[in-house]
Amino acid sequence: MFLPDLWFCLIGLFFTGYFVLDGFDFGVGMSLPFLSKDDTDRRVLINTIGPVWDLNETWVIVAGACLFASFPEWYATIFSGFYLIMLMILLALILRGVSFEYRHQRPDHKWKRNFDRMIFIGSVVPAFLWGVVFANIVHGLALDKGFNYTGSLGDLFNWYAILGGLATLLLFFVHGVIFVSLKTDGEIRVRARKLATRAGVVAAVVGLVFLIVTSIQHGTMVSIILSAAAVVALIIAFVQNLRGREGWAFGFMAATIALVIVSLFATLFPNVLVATNDPAHTMTIANASSSHYTLEVMSWIALIFVPLILAYQGFTYWIFRKRVTRSLVTAASH
Amino acid sequence: MHPLLADEILSPLILSRWQFGLTTIYHFLFVPLTIGMGFTVAVFQTAWYRTGRAHYLQLAKFFGKIFLINFAMGVVTGIVQEFQFGMNWSNYSRFVGDVFGAPLALEGLLAFFLEATFLGVWIFGWDRVPKGLHLTSIWGATVGSILSAYFIIAANSFMQHPVGYTIDKAKGRAELTSIWEVLTNKVALAAFPHTLFACFMVSAAVIVAVACWHISRGQNLDTMRPALRFGLWMMIASGALTVLTGDQLGLAMVETNPMKMASAEALYHTSTGFNASFSIFTLGTPNGSNELFSIRVPYLLSFLSTHTFDGTVEGIDNLQAQYKAAYGPGNYSPIIWITYWSFRWMMGLGIVAILISFVGLFVTRKGRMPKNKWIWRAAVWSFPLPLASMVIGWIFTEMGRQPWLVFGLLKTSDGVSPNTTGVEVLISLIAFTAIYATLAVVEFRLILKAAHAGPEAPTKIDVVTGKMLHEATVY
Ligand code: HDD
Ligand code: HEM
Ligand code: HEM
Repeated sequence: MFLPDLWFCLIGLFFTGYFVLDGFDFGVGMSLPFLSKDDTDRRVLINTIGPVWDLNETWVIVAGACLFASFPEWYATIFSGFYLIMLMILLALILRGVSFEYRHQRPDHKWKRNFDRMIFIGSVVPAFLWGVVFANIVHGLALDKGFNYTGSLGDLFNWYAILGGLATLLLFFVHGVIFVSLKTDGEIRVRARKLATRAGVVAAVVGLVFLIVTSIQHGTMVSIILSAAAVVALIIAFVQNLRGREGWAFGFMAATIALVIVSLFATLFPNVLVATNDPAHTMTIANASSSHYTLEVMSWIALIFVPLILAYQGFTYWIFRKRVTRSLVTAASH
Repeated sequence: MHPLLADEILSPLILSRWQFGLTTIYHFLFVPLTIGMGFTVAVFQTAWYRTGRAHYLQLAKFFGKIFLINFAMGVVTGIVQEFQFGMNWSNYSRFVGDVFGAPLALEGLLAFFLEATFLGVWIFGWDRVPKGLHLTSIWGATVGSILSAYFIIAANSFMQHPVGYTIDKAKGRAELTSIWEVLTNKVALAAFPHTLFACFMVSAAVIVAVACWHISRGQNLDTMRPALRFGLWMMIASGALTVLTGDQLGLAMVETNPMKMASAEALYHTSTGFNASFSIFTLGTPNGSNELFSIRVPYLLSFLSTHTFDGTVEGIDNLQAQYKAAYGPGNYSPIIWITYWSFRWMMGLGIVAILISFVGLFVTRKGRMPKNKWIWRAAVWSFPLPLASMVIGWIFTEMGRQPWLVFGLLKTSDGVSPNTTGVEVLISLIAFTAIYATLAVVEFRLILKAAHAGPEAPTKIDVVTGKMLHEATVY
């Protein structure tokens, strides 16, 4: 049972990577109306994530493909079960992606404002819906014998899932705002730091409620410890932000999100999806995973390439480490 | 509504097929230009790096802009593809995930990460990284896109010709036994270079069209003349390679899926030698069983299928009987008029594009520039030919595989998600169609605008470092 368990952890890791990285992209997108006073501000905000949003988004493609390869049953059930939710996420990601690339192609104001709106919507929708999806996975779904979801769309928007959605939405928002304070300078940086404090309080309350409910209903020893660690990390991030230590604040915010996601995965183990209607239909690591040989191949690939990928992605972040300023943006013609 | 009619219109199977076909074709409108243009830009930038000549840098930047507008669309439509296997084809995902997932995961880890990361460095790196590293980044992104084509084609080839697997009866699924066999599937080894060179044809056609548009207006001659010659040569070289690899692919196809070749010729009766003729054009009933008139080249089908003039090509009737015996009752041939015509249009449009390039090389030899307006206009408007050829080729490949989703193992009708409703798929189909249609218009206009604007004047770029003067690269 070693390899399936390992791959359960790796899938958790890929999704954690996705939420930590694309999480602040969503946050920056959501912060556009709150942190900008004019077009130059908006360009500053977008340019903080300009070189990296695509590589961050690629994490979900990799997480999805690895899920497909290592747990085909799980992949099939989630993506078909959340059909319309996945559709909304896809549409939002499409709008967001093209907006980054097309916004600057024409100088007129109306054109840019339309794309600003699409970036905002394209960030809010997935930030909320990913939380809905993961809360439902933690909670479990009604499944038939073939692991097909038998409930309706309405069932997926239960109060617990909505709470989960709000939690990810707010956490990503704060994550993004702190990222802005780390990557910009001048007024916008000051504004971001203040907003992070105010939004941080709200996010902390909602996040705490979500983690407490999750711990009471589905908690295991490990998941509760991880949730507690997430709360501690969030408090440290909050304090560091107050003290103006942006690097530390961002690091602990990233840790908060990572710990939340990992704790959600920890509630599942050793199942991957509980059938709420009939325990016999529960999907487990054992009955959802791929064959031994496939997992072995996948493990070698991951062992060789994941360190390499982390290295060159880290290098990219290092290249673009400088703060983005208004003067840099106004120097460029468009 | 009449219940039967509702069943027809709201069949999740039929709607899912439309959706998959539509979104994949749409994705594949952008992918070839990404692959071909990325390569072209990398070549121009390398030429500038080695010679320091300004016009190479101008060309790299100019085509780079077109490349980036197009790239965004490839990315956002690609994510849809990745999710759709699970959303609409969950039974298929359950059945093949153990085998099919591995190449997809490899694609993500090896290709997409490489592409997305290095492209970011390339776009924003003009002012920030050393010249050599910057050049490496465009090559990294290009290699990434080519690798992604290879892995996705390896995955697709498993559906055309399953290898390297066993069937686990208890779990009711295919399981991987050799990743090596999957990655060296003989269909993949032929289809990958065929598709890659076809991608190069697509971008060559765009380069030629853009160059001709400027030259015919007498502008930007110092950059556009070299671009035109480059595009024409690229079209001819990649065209020749596309035809040669297509021939190899045909051999692999006959060996692994003879029904496809029979359907491509609407050949009902097994034929040999002279009678195994290739019809260039036919009038008759749509399913090809009754022909009124046709132009035929004797021996050619035999040659295409076996590389000999006295080979035997199996007919649909014969194969249908064999398959019935092997797989049980059912209809095992695809829709004949689609396979018949798509095979011809794929080859025909591509060959016309190659011939046009020969003419182009001839009329522009030794620096000549023809005066006749129509020559230039024809050259500009021939840009969609290879792209059409490419799309039609995929329609042939995918429709020719029907009724199988995975040849011999899983029928298309058994692959669809059992729990998605017709209404859900209808909603998604309408949503994708609407958003894709809108984006197509926006993207086409933006590319036209960038193409018409022409390259940046050399006075605006530092030709030694490649940096913009008085400007930074930002959105
Ligand atoms: C510019 C595009 C283009 C051009 C000029 C050609 N093809 Fe092609 N062809 C493709 C673009 C393409 C494609 C879209 O890329 C396909 C679809 C699947 C694949 O692997 O490549 C394809 C598929 C495809 C297949 C189907 C393989 C299968 O289903 O297993 C065959 C037999 C050929 N081609 C053969 C040819 C021949 C003999 C050509 C030359 C005269 C030719 N193609 C020109
Ligand atoms: C990029 C070029 C491709 C194009 C243009 C293309 C086109 C199509 C079309 C038109 C269909 C609909 C067939 C039908 O309704 O009968 C289809 C189906 C399908 N194709 Fe492809 N395809 C491409 C590549 C791929 C690749 C690379 C894969 C796999 C990795 C793939 C997997 C499928 C699947 C799963 C279906 C659904 C089942 C079906 O309806 O046949 N396709 N494709
Ligand atoms: C139906 C099967 C397909 C799937 C599941 C698929 C998946 C994807 C995904 C997820 C992306 C986004 C990558 C990113 O964010 O960087 C993408 C882009 C891309 N795909 Fe596909 N794809 C399919 C068909 C194809 C085919 C047949 C090819 C090549 C022959 C191809 C080549 C590419 C390339 C080169 C890109 C890079 C972005 C771009 O081209 O603009 N894909 N694809």
